[in-house]
Amino acid sequence: MSYSDKVIDHYNRPRNVGSMDKKGADVGTGLVGAPECGDVMKLQIRVNPQTNIIEDAKFKTFGCGSAIASSSLATEWVKGKTVDQALEIKNTEIVKELALPPVKIHCSVLAEDAIRAAIGDWKKKQEAAKPAEVQAAQ
Amino acid sequence: MSTNGNKATLTNHDEHKNEQRAVPNGIKLPIYMDNHATTPMDPRVLDEMLPYFMEKFGNAASRNHPFGWVAEEAVELSRERIARLIGATSKEIIFTSGATESDNLAIKGVAEMYREKGNHIITATTEHKAVLDTCKHLEKLGFRVTYLPVQKDGLVDLDDLKRAIGDKTILVTIMAANNEIGVLQPIAEIGKLCRERGVIFHSDAVQAIGKIPIDVNKMNIDVASITAHKLYGPKGAGALYVRRKNPRVQLVAQIDGGGHERGMRSGTLNVPGIAGLGKACAIAQEEMPQESCKIAGLRDRLKDSIMSRLDEVYINGSVEHRLPGNLNISFAYVEGESLLMGINDIAVSSGSACTSATLEPSYVLKALGTGDDLAHSSIRFGIGRFNTEAEIDYVADRVVETVLRLRELSPLYEMAKEGVDLKNVKWAAEAH
Repeated sequence: MSYSDKVIDHYNRPRNVGSMDKKGADVGTGLVGAPECGDVMKLQIRVNPQTNIIEDAKFKTFGCGSAIASSSLATEWVKGKTVDQALEIKNTEIVKELALPPVKIHCSVLAEDAIRAAIGDWKKKQEAAKPAEVQAAQ
Repeated sequence: MSTNGNKATLTNHDEHKNEQRAVPNGIKLPIYMDNHATTPMDPRVLDEMLPYFMEKFGNAASRNHPFGWVAEEAVELSRERIARLIGATSKEIIFTSGATESDNLAIKGVAEMYREKGNHIITATTEHKAVLDTCKHLEKLGFRVTYLPVQKDGLVDLDDLKRAIGDKTILVTIMAANNEIGVLQPIAEIGKLCRERGVIFHSDAVQAIGKIPIDVNKMNIDVASITAHKLYGPKGAGALYVRRKNPRVQLVAQIDGGGHERGMRSGTLNVPGIAGLGKACAIAQEEMPQESCKIAGLRDRLKDSIMSRLDEVYINGSVEHRLPGNLNISFAYVEGESLLMGINDIAVSSGSACTSATLEPSYVLKALGTGDDLAHSSIRFGIGRFNTEAEIDYVADRVVETVLRLRELSPLYEMAKEGVDLKNVKWAAEAH
């Protein structure tokens, strides 16, 4: 298997590695994949509640070089986007950007899943918080 | 198990120079440490082969001129050298193109020859695909095959074997040393059992011959596969030992033609390759006692250096019953292919699915009961004749540094350190 220069670059210098407090109200966490399958991605976003803009993103990935690169790239791409814009990121764009071969397409799918899962988690927190705010106001 | 997936390993060498990593003097990158896949040729083997390409090009089957005689002489010398290494006689050695052909000829040849006696074959789940796929082929033709499980350490349970042998059993085929985990099967005990029960015993001994002492008489081996390129000889040259007496084993030829090799394997002999195989065996016989100590010492140095610096590192397969040059380790929470990518100035293999064409992790490790997660995290180091202590130290440093880096990147490592039991996590896995 030969890797594209972009995959090698993300592998050697992964962007936005790290973790956020998953309990944070403005943090969304996506954990996708499974150890038995050889890929697990954790992608986290910090969203500005006023603007819905993803102000920061972090990831950690267990997986091959293409999985690491896909998630690293995903964090770069979601940063600065609104959550709705981030949901438009398609795995095929990741495949194209990183020149992933067919056997590595599932890595890009997983990265897209991770973005969706992180946003889904954040949205759930927002909805759960709403009634509480209403209650607090009363 | 496929080799290091980085196609550009040799050319990547130049990129690595640019990274200005400190490389101790005397080490040339990339380092080859995948000696179960193949071994580099010993220069003495090449010297032995060279005359047979040009000046001594004759066909060993040409009986009526000196060109043929000279070639035949080389072939017969090789036969003697191979036979001597395994305690056989030269008439018991049949030349083939390599291990896969030898395994096919042994298993299909015996199955076809003894079909009237029975249709049952016994093998083990950790055998090489050349054996397993041949057995599967025979199943389609009406043979019954028992695939013995192995124990946690990779060894076949002799009681399982005893129970599996029945009236219809004609062949037991169990490898001497495993190509992934280097585990040595109890060949002498298996041979004894087969002899007592009147069952032919074939052993795929390609990883063992030249590395550990193999004696076909002491071990009651009836048929054994040999290949040159695993013992510092050329690719494309192999042999099959076929017992001539006590008992005499007969095979049905799988390649028909001019009746070469006593009718068991037709085809003009690969004289240079055969000369090389013989020389490789002669060198192995001479040097095995010292060499196996030296290689086991290097292997242990690598093992200790890695294991003293990393936690949650597991050796796959028996440590005690093992080839001197094999180290197969799982690095928990780190995926094998990403580790290979990080140490791409070192040629090793991984049992990770990502390095195989099938996207399945190593079936050998699975047979040991290693979880898929650890199978994905495994690396096979194959240490050989030309590896040095300086290389071992360099490899250990690179592996440790890369595992530490990838663990920092691993959500699994983070979760485990937080005390999360990964076995109890509900993984939202997409269907692979």
